[in-house]
Amino acid sequence: MLEIRNLHVKLEEEDKVILKGVNLTLPDGEVHAIMGPNGSGKSTLSYVLAGREGYVVTEGEVLFDGENLLAMEPEERAAKGVFLAFQYPVEIPGVGNMTFLRTALNAQRKARGEPELSGAEFLRLVREKAKALKIDPEMLKRSVNVGFSGGEKKRNEILQMAVLEPKLAILDETDSGLDIDALRLVAEGVNALRAPDRSFLVITHYQRLLDYIVPDVVHIMADGRIIRTGDADLAREVEKTGYADILKELA
Amino acid sequence: MAETQRRENPAAARLAAIRLPEDEAGWARAAREAALSRLHKMGLPSRRDEYWRETDPSALIAPEPVEAAPLVTDEAPVFGEIDRLKVVFVDGRFDPAASDPLALEHVEIERLADALKADIHWARDLFGRLEETAHDPVPRPFAALNTATATDGVVVRVRGRAPKPISLIYLHRDARSDAVLHHLVRIEPGAELTLLENGPAAARFSQLLEVDVAAGGSFHHVRAQGRDHERRAITHLVGRVAEGGVLKSFTLTANGALSRNEYVVRLEGAEAVTHLAGAAVGDGAVHPFHHDDTIFVTHAAESCESRQVFKKVLRNGAVGIFQGKILVHPVAQKTDGYQLSQGLMLDGDSRFFAKPELEIYADDVKCSHGSTCGAIDEEQLFYLRARGVPRPEAENLLVLAFLAEALEEIEDPALAEDIRNRLEAWLRRRQG
Repeated sequence: MLEIRNLHVKLEEEDKVILKGVNLTLPDGEVHAIMGPNGSGKSTLSYVLAGREGYVVTEGEVLFDGENLLAMEPEERAAKGVFLAFQYPVEIPGVGNMTFLRTALNAQRKARGEPELSGAEFLRLVREKAKALKIDPEMLKRSVNVGFSGGEKKRNEILQMAVLEPKLAILDETDSGLDIDALRLVAEGVNALRAPDRSFLVITHYQRLLDYIVPDVVHIMADGRIIRTGDADLAREVEKTGYADILKELA
Repeated sequence: MAETQRRENPAAARLAAIRLPEDEAGWARAAREAALSRLHKMGLPSRRDEYWRETDPSALIAPEPVEAAPLVTDEAPVFGEIDRLKVVFVDGRFDPAASDPLALEHVEIERLADALKADIHWARDLFGRLEETAHDPVPRPFAALNTATATDGVVVRVRGRAPKPISLIYLHRDARSDAVLHHLVRIEPGAELTLLENGPAAARFSQLLEVDVAAGGSFHHVRAQGRDHERRAITHLVGRVAEGGVLKSFTLTANGALSRNEYVVRLEGAEAVTHLAGAAVGDGAVHPFHHDDTIFVTHAAESCESRQVFKKVLRNGAVGIFQGKILVHPVAQKTDGYQLSQGLMLDGDSRFFAKPELEIYADDVKCSHGSTCGAIDEEQLFYLRARGVPRPEAENLLVLAFLAEALEEIEDPALAEDIRNRLEAWLRRRQG
């Protein structure tokens, strides 16, 4: 599914190197977690995978189903099945949530050569997915993320994921700012989507989320590199001892 | 000698060349002469005048219009799906064959040219009378020029709720046409009318709409200006609103070498309301785009409400001007005034100039104004693209979102939908 090889990334505006040789292989159907202290480069990795401007790849490559992901525009990546659940979902006043979702879904379908969904078909699809995530239909009528609480914004990200059905979902600190009920809902939403042909990259600072979304593999990231890889137990170990021990061990 | 002078001073030449229409009733002739005399006193504008600094009036003053090719398009006409009374003008001349019969329940409607020939006519109390009041403190010479020389238009009196809108359709066929239309609308107490206008009308177009809204009456105006690239237009909406009356106007503009839309509205009775709004989309890549909204709203009575919402989307050297004023008289306590002017620049070449003015002489009022000028939000753009929306489509969504607040000023949902669909189609076409 996803193959990250020796990825080096720096900021475009300043000469600051953020990723210093990331290697990661995410096979079909697996859930990998990336944990790490603040400033380790986790969010940068997610933005680079989604195609955000402002980063320069100085070395390495990223293959998505064998294709050069970094050569694609963000919208092409989305159409191929890459989805980023934003850490800070963006508010777009004046664009209705439904219009946004429908435009996105149909643009992706069009890019893949699939027929676009009619208004009625789309409505049915969204209502069903929203219900499962306990999203108030009123929320769908409002402008994208405008006036949403933190939890509502995150649930809205998961709704988008459920509707767009990506092959690779990257969840960037989706747990931040969520209370335990919202966390459970979000995790259920993610677990419902787990499938043999769908992979997840779950970026988180805390182990808590991983109690609900149990990963196949856990990577620890620090200072722009993945420094340890293990199974779900690794996350629990980190939770107990903190990152300091691992960092010390390495030094 | 005379020849040299003419070349040096086109304004003087234009004034000297004015001939008032013949064969009109005495009162009409008197109104024309009064307008001409006002015009001579104020003179035609130049860029030295404060409200013409950002807009060059010379193309409006020149003896002949600049040639403008009529736009060839296969798209359905604006308001095509709306049930309306169609009144068609071709290059500024009423076309009875293309129009519906001038008959509508609760409404008297006739040609201006006919009204001005009648010795006794209610239009006598309106023709040029509101225009006359619109020059203090800012002169509007083209409005006076219009009253003096207008050749056609409609005269409308509404006594109840008009069952459907009157739709003025301005077709443009002749690349050198120079149209001067003048309309009068009198809304009797409690009566209601929606007036639609669409089309370029001519290569050069002067339009003046005098609207008198009596107590409790309401007037809704929705306009789509023609998209002929080289067309030039100067329009005026001069309105007076009595107690509890409502005057609302929305204008959609895309293309046009020059659009100067002036609004002069006086709220004269308690709890009168006016909402003025405009959405303009301009691309200066191939043809120039210059759009100017110049507004003067006067609160002359208590507890009135006014809103101005004007939005402009500009790219490739397009120019947008907003000059909006709210004047609150000492008697106009409890005034609620709002003014918003915003420019969205899609590149670094375009220019948006805003001059918001508040002049308040009452102490118990609520007046706010805001003006912004900015680019597309990169975060929003990335969010849309990350969900699979291609860049041009994402930009269009954000442009529509930016304009939404102006479009929301259109009250009738069917008209709002029509305008929105039109705008979407234009944006999509541009991108394709």
